[in-house]
Amino acid sequence: MKTIHRLLAAAAGVIALAAPAALAAGEYKKPEEHTWSFEGPFGTFDQAELQRGFQVYNQVCSACHGLNYLSIRHMGMEGGPFYTEGVAPNDNPALQAIAAEMRPIEDGPDDFGDMFERERRVTDPFPSPYENEQMARSANGGAYPPDLSVIVKARKGGTEYIRSLLLGYDQEPPEDLDIRTGNYYNPYMSGQVIAMPPQLYEGIVEYEDGTEATPEQMAHDIAAFLTWTSEPHMDARKRMGLMVMIYLLILCGLLYWSYRQIWSKVEH
Amino acid sequence: MSGPSTYKPSTGFEKWLDERLPIVRLGWDSFVDFPTPRNLNYWYTFGGILTVCLMVQILTGIVLAMHYVPHVDMAFASVERIDRDVNFGWLLRNIHAVGASMFFLAVYMHIFRGLYYGSYKAPRELLWILGVVIYLLMMAAAFLGYVLPWGQMSFWGATVITELFGALPLIGGPVTEWLWGGFSVGNATLNRFFSLHYLIPFLIAGVVGLHIWALHVPGNNNPTGLTAKTSNDTLPFHPYYTVKDGFAIVVFLVIFAFFVFYWPDALGHADNYIEADPLVTPAHIVPEWYLLPFYAILRAVPDKLGGVILMFGAIGVLFILPWLDTSRVRSMRYRPVAKWFFAFFVVACLGLGWAGAELPDNKVPVLGAIGVDFLLLGRVLTLYYFAYFLVILPVLGFVEKPKPRPASIEADVLGSKKSGDAAAPAGAPAE
Ligand code: HEC
Ligand code: HEM
Repeated sequence: MKTIHRLLAAAAGVIALAAPAALAAGEYKKPEEHTWSFEGPFGTFDQAELQRGFQVYNQVCSACHGLNYLSIRHMGMEGGPFYTEGVAPNDNPALQAIAAEMRPIEDGPDDFGDMFERERRVTDPFPSPYENEQMARSANGGAYPPDLSVIVKARKGGTEYIRSLLLGYDQEPPEDLDIRTGNYYNPYMSGQVIAMPPQLYEGIVEYEDGTEATPEQMAHDIAAFLTWTSEPHMDARKRMGLMVMIYLLILCGLLYWSYRQIWSKVEH
Repeated sequence: MSGPSTYKPSTGFEKWLDERLPIVRLGWDSFVDFPTPRNLNYWYTFGGILTVCLMVQILTGIVLAMHYVPHVDMAFASVERIDRDVNFGWLLRNIHAVGASMFFLAVYMHIFRGLYYGSYKAPRELLWILGVVIYLLMMAAAFLGYVLPWGQMSFWGATVITELFGALPLIGGPVTEWLWGGFSVGNATLNRFFSLHYLIPFLIAGVVGLHIWALHVPGNNNPTGLTAKTSNDTLPFHPYYTVKDGFAIVVFLVIFAFFVFYWPDALGHADNYIEADPLVTPAHIVPEWYLLPFYAILRAVPDKLGGVILMFGAIGVLFILPWLDTSRVRSMRYRPVAKWFFAFFVVACLGLGWAGAELPDNKVPVLGAIGVDFLLLGRVLTLYYFAYFLVILPVLGFVEKPKPRPASIEADVLGSKKSGDAAAPAGAPAE
C-alpha cells in the first residue's frame, strides 16, 4: 500500500509539473470548480434548477442560440425540467403554455399547396433563432453562436466550463493580447477572446419561483439546464447502473465461489 | 492435442444428428472435453473475454444500424436521435462506444500475454498470424466506426488517415480519390465506410473461427511454455475453464459497466460532439487512444511516406515474429534477460501512446528540462519498438542462457524438486 501511495504521489507531482506549462502556453484558463446536484454516481438533476435554467435559456440565450436536437416535449420526459408524474409529455399543460408562447412554426403545404404558419405545439422542435448560418453570422459580427443542445459534451470541462465562461468577463486582459471591437476578453474561452458579449446582468431575468437572479445563480442554473439538454437520460443511466452493478457483483461472487469449489480438488 | 473423440450421443435424436452433421460432437470436443493445461492463469482468460466483446459489438451494432442514417446531412442528428429518442438508444450507444475501447484493452492484454509466454512460436505460428489479422481488422473496424457519428474528429480523423495513402509514389493521388469516392472526404466516403464497418466484424468472426481451430490443433500454450504430454498435465475445458473464464468475464463486465454507466465519455473526445465542418480544422487532431502508439510512430519520421511505411511496418513485423525470435524457450519465465527487454517493451508501447496524444513539440514532463519533447520521445521509443523485434529477440536467442525448466506442467504445478534441466536442456528443441 505504501508503495502505491508513493507512486501516486510521484504521479501527482509529475502532473503538477506539467500543468503550469499548459497555462504558460497561453491557451486558456481551467474552469472553476463548482458543486452540482448531479455530480457523482448518485447525483440527480434538480428540477427547480432546470426550470430556472430553461427560463434563462428562453429569455436570454435563445435570441442567438438554438437547441436543434430538442423538441419541447423532451422537457416533460422523466428527469426533465417539467416532468410531472403520470402526465405524458405531450399532455403537459406547462409545456403547452410554453409552446404556445414561442414563435409560430411554418407548416404545410396545405391542400392548396401553400405553406402556412401555425401555433407551435409540444411535439415541435425548439425554434431556431436564425434561418441559416449565414444569417447568424451576419447578425453577430461574423461569429457563429453554436447550437447548445450538446454543448456540455462538446467542450472540455463540460458544465463547469459553461458556468466559468458565462461569469468570466470581469478579468483584466493581458497587455499583449489584441482584442478587436466586438470581441471580449474571456480567459476560459480557447484563444481567450470571445465574440459573445457578456450575457448575465443582475436582474436580466426575473425568476418565476422567486429565487434572486444574481449572475452566479443564473450561470449555475443555465449550466445545469444545458447539462440536462446534453444528456437528458443521465438520471436513468445512473439508476440503471446501480442495478447492473449490484447484479454483476453478486454474479461475480457466485462465480468466484463456484470456481473455488470446482478447482478445490485439483492442484494448479 | 485433439485426441479421439469421447462424445457419446445419448438420445435417439442426437445419434441421428451425429451421423448426418456431427455438430454437437464438435462442440463437445472443442469446449467440454477439450484437454487444457491445468496451469493457465488469468492472462489466459482474455480469449474468452474477446469473444464476448465481439458478440457485444455485433449485437449492439446491428440495432444501432437500424436507427443510424449514413448521410453527411443527417448522420450527426441521427446519432443524437439515438441518444435522445430511441428506447434505450443511449444505452446501446454507450455500450458500443465503450465496448470498442474495452475490446482493445482486452486484445492488448491478449497480445502481450502471447508475447510474454512465447505463444507465437512453433507450433502456433499460424494461430499467431491469424491473431494479427484479427487485430488489423479490428483497427480498420474501429477507425471506420469512429467516422460514422460525423463529428469533427470523425471527419478530420478520416481525412488525415485517408490522406496517408497520398504519400504513395505515383498512385497516391488516384488511390486516395478512389477511397474517398470523390475529391475529399464526403457523402460517398461516409456511405462506403458504413458499409465496410458493418462488414468487417463478420470477417473478424470468421477469422476468429480459424483462430480457434488453429488453437485446438496444438492446444493452449501455458505459463511454463512446456508442451502438455500426459493427461496429468491437462484438465477438461469444462467445468474447469468454463467457470474460470466465466468468472473473469464477469469481472471484466464490471469494469465495462462502470464506464458505460458512470463515465461514458471518458474515452471519447469532446470535439466529436461538434458536427463535422470541412471548413474548420480542430486545433489538435488525435485518433482514439488505442491507435495512439501507431500515430506516434507515424509522426516520428519527418518524411510522410517513410512514416506510413514505418507505421504499417510496426504491425507487419508482428507477422514474421515467430521467425525473428530465435530462442527455443517459449516462456519468458525462464528467460532472465529477455524478460527485462519485454518489460521495457511494454513501457515503450505505453510511452508511444502518450507521445501520440501530445503535440510533438510539447516538452515531456521532467525530461523537458533537458530538452526532450514528445517528438524525440516518440522517436526513441519507435527505435526501441523495432529493435525489440529485429535485433533484441533474434540475438538473445543465441546469447541468453535460459534458466532450468521443470520436467513437465504437472511437475511445475506440484512443485516437484526434480530439475527440468535433464529433461529439457537449454536449446533443446524438445518443448
Ligand atoms: C447576442 C447573441 C448571443 C446571446 C444572447 C448569447 N450568445 Fe452565446 N454566443 C454568441 C456568439 C456570437 C458566440 C460565438 C463566440 C465565438 O465564437 O467567439 C457564442 C458562443 C457561446 C458558447 C460557446 C463558447 C465556445 O466554447 O465556443 C456558449 C457555451 C454560449 N455562447 C452560451 C450562451 C449562453 C448560455 C447564453 C445565454 C445565457 C448565450 N450564449 C447567449 C452569441 C450569443
Ligand atoms: C477478436 C479478437 C480475438 C478473439 C475473439 C480471440 C480469441 C481467442 C481465444 C478464445 C483463445 C483461447 C483462450 C486464450 O488463450 O486466451 C485465443 C488464443 C490465442 N490468441 Fe486470440 N483472439 C483474438 C485476437 C487475437 C490477436 C489480435 C492475437 C495476436 C496478435 C491473438 C493471439 C492469440 C494466441 C497466440 C493465442 C494462443 C495463446 C496461448 O495458447 O498461449 N488473438 N484467442
